[in-house]
Amino acid sequence: MRTVDEFDLLAAADSPLHAIDPRAKLLVVLLAAAVIASYPRHAVAAMVPLFLLPAAWLALGRVPLGFVLHRLLPALPFVLLMAIFNPLIDRVPLIEAGGLALSGGWISFASILLRFLLGMSIAILLVACTGFNTLCSALLRLHAPRVFVVQLLLLYRYIFLLADEARRVRLAYALRSGGDRAVALPVAGSMLGQLLLRVMSRGQRIHQAMLGRGFTGDLPVRHAFRWHGRDTLFLLGWAVWIILARAVNIPDQLGRFVMKVLA
Amino acid sequence: MHMADALLSPAVGGGMWVAAAALSARASVKLRSQPSESLAPMMAVLGAFVFAAQMINFSIPGTGSSGHIGGGLLLAILLGPHAAFLALASVLTIQALFFADGGLLALGCNMINLGVFPCYIAYPLIYRPLAGDGSSPSRRLATCIIASMAGMAMGAFAVVAETGLSGISELPVGAFILLMVPIHLAIGLVEGGVTAAVIGFVSRAQPEWLVYNQAKTQPRGRPFRRIAACLLGAALLTGGLLSSFASENPDGLEWSIEKMTGKKEIDGIGHPIHATLAGWQSKTSFMPDYDFRKDDAASKDDVRESAANPGTSLAGVLGTALTLLLAGGIGLFLRLRSRKHP
Amino acid sequence: MSHHVVEVDCLDYRYPDGTPALHEIHFTIRHGEAVAIIGANGAGKSTLLRHLTGILVPASGSVHIGDYPVLPSTLRQVRRTVGMVFQDADDQLFMPTVYEDVAFGPANQGLPPPDVEKRVADALATVGCGHLRDRPPYRLSGGEKRAVAIATVLAMMPDILVMDEPTAGLDARARRHCIGLLKAFAHTRIVATHDLDLALDVCERVIVLHEGRVEADGAAQAIFSNTALLERCHLEPPLRMQGCPCCSGKPGAA
Repeated sequence: MRTVDEFDLLAAADSPLHAIDPRAKLLVVLLAAAVIASYPRHAVAAMVPLFLLPAAWLALGRVPLGFVLHRLLPALPFVLLMAIFNPLIDRVPLIEAGGLALSGGWISFASILLRFLLGMSIAILLVACTGFNTLCSALLRLHAPRVFVVQLLLLYRYIFLLADEARRVRLAYALRSGGDRAVALPVAGSMLGQLLLRVMSRGQRIHQAMLGRGFTGDLPVRHAFRWHGRDTLFLLGWAVWIILARAVNIPDQLGRFVMKVLA
Repeated sequence: MHMADALLSPAVGGGMWVAAAALSARASVKLRSQPSESLAPMMAVLGAFVFAAQMINFSIPGTGSSGHIGGGLLLAILLGPHAAFLALASVLTIQALFFADGGLLALGCNMINLGVFPCYIAYPLIYRPLAGDGSSPSRRLATCIIASMAGMAMGAFAVVAETGLSGISELPVGAFILLMVPIHLAIGLVEGGVTAAVIGFVSRAQPEWLVYNQAKTQPRGRPFRRIAACLLGAALLTGGLLSSFASENPDGLEWSIEKMTGKKEIDGIGHPIHATLAGWQSKTSFMPDYDFRKDDAASKDDVRESAANPGTSLAGVLGTALTLLLAGGIGLFLRLRSRKHP
Repeated sequence: MSHHVVEVDCLDYRYPDGTPALHEIHFTIRHGEAVAIIGANGAGKSTLLRHLTGILVPASGSVHIGDYPVLPSTLRQVRRTVGMVFQDADDQLFMPTVYEDVAFGPANQGLPPPDVEKRVADALATVGCGHLRDRPPYRLSGGEKRAVAIATVLAMMPDILVMDEPTAGLDARARRHCIGLLKAFAHTRIVATHDLDLALDVCERVIVLHEGRVEADGAAQAIFSNTALLERCHLEPPLRMQGCPCCSGKPGAA
């Protein structure tokens, strides 16, 4: 769970972005995700202005660029694998420049890649600057179902423990199986079964601990944040930028303007 | 098998989000009304278990590769459909936020693909009617495998449908199905086996723990052979549809892609949605100085669709829809029957 | 006054698979006593403790906490009186931060927020973990977790404190701190432990369990001097009552 640990450490830091109400940040991210997906298949340049979002948040939130790139890396192969079909299938040249022909497939390939980079980096920054527990509280204030939010909190709390246990079990296996990382199938059933039994035992004990302290079915979720003027500004400002970037192809307009000036 | 934001259109993503949100809300309400407050900690640790279990890779015999358990069916058996769905939804949320598994827009899709199919379809409509009272290990194994494979297949079809409807990826539906479904059936086979082994373990060691599943009114085991035959028939029918479709490309995936590259066959479904989306934005130049006009998707595809047969892609969708209908239909049929003859 | 007297009467218990666990357990603990429950692994210490907060229900016999018999209908009152600290601290720390974990109990008792705040501050101060307020539980060391787990129970201000292996796995300083805590607690203490030196430090009375039965119940000094009894129950005297290895053979003084 080193990943989650790193996120936690970043989230515990202090920065202008950390101070913004989590609801504002969450809403901006959701809007951005929806708008990014709404671009047509071959949009590339039109999406570029949206990179202002992760760039600004990276700076404001004092998140290291390396961290974000590192988090993007594991998901990249799958996206590439899916995206590569586009240039393979669509070979009609769409742009001709200086003797080089670029097919529609390659343009849409680039588009998919950009969507991935944009969308994922924004989500990563959200978590890095907000902290999971705070995010859950924000969800509750935004009227997400309570049972679900409580489940998120408890799950998060216990992932670390169980990941450690899984790691130890895996290591124990490797030490006695001559270094195989992958468990043999018949053993897997018993290994997972034992882990499951231990997990369910723990679940019962946790429940007993809760009962011992007066649990009656509802876990209190702390949400001590307050909406300020700067949060409204934050939300509106980014919303305007996102919608503007979608409505107007900014690089194109910029290019035309520059050409006009130069001409 | 996670769906990715990068391949999703807001219409599909948003639609699935609404569906997933509605189901989450419904499951939450159902759980609140159940007096079992021990469920919350159990759901949490079992969700964490799914996480942990996915870290334990087992080698798949005969293929030289390794895989891990998905956990949907297992959770449904242990917790019942609603609690399992919420537990899976929370696991997927954390995966999306921390591990870039899919993304935020695709979260709704993933909850449906990886949560709804095992918890609300494979478990209640396939596993429960067939599993009987749990006394026969071989029956449990067979049932787990069938349910798991069905859940995986449905999930795979759903990914194909979601990608196809979004229109960002240009992978034709047919090729995508050929790519996804066989792999996922194989994964389902292995997962079903492991799930059965784990459940068997728990039922021998601590049988009283199988009571967290509130929906414990097990119907008496239905005649296994008759039902298995029905499902087999459904599978054959679907297979027949697929093969008649795939017979256009008898030599496998590479051949089919080449052929389609030559034909420039485009998924015919994307058209209406893209026309709408493209209508948002006025037709502008893609880049200054270059002689290029970015047409909207519809006209561009018309140009390239010279040899494409719309009927082929339509058959792909038909196959998908039919499988879902068949699986659901059989399950419903079984459930109605079990109500009449308790 | 029968308040806060723990009365266990002819308690019998079997595990779900039928194995007998406890047999004819009988003892009475008065208000303010500090009692250690000792025994070999599997003797039934944890099982017995779980009967005191109603986690387990006896097959026959009864448990009374003050005026209340421990029954499903009286669990709420019982659990206000008896605070139990588990063996595994992770099972008790389930909230996102230390503050919320310690506040959980008082909040459920219906206290208004300012009072909850005060209880939390006091409890954390008692265990010396005030600086860990906003820390998530998975960020705590073993000793810190144990201390915070104790705080979660102290915040409810129970009249009877029950602890299962409080010093297991602690380093010397954390252990000493725990012992100090127990000595300072004003009310009844019931501690199941392998750490016989802790028992000697904190408790004036010892109950010895062997294979689910009460083998002995008396003053700590007397029991720990009875080597035959201890051996029969697969135990040894506390370390500082055993012969000093340097002085080779000189009988160790308490």
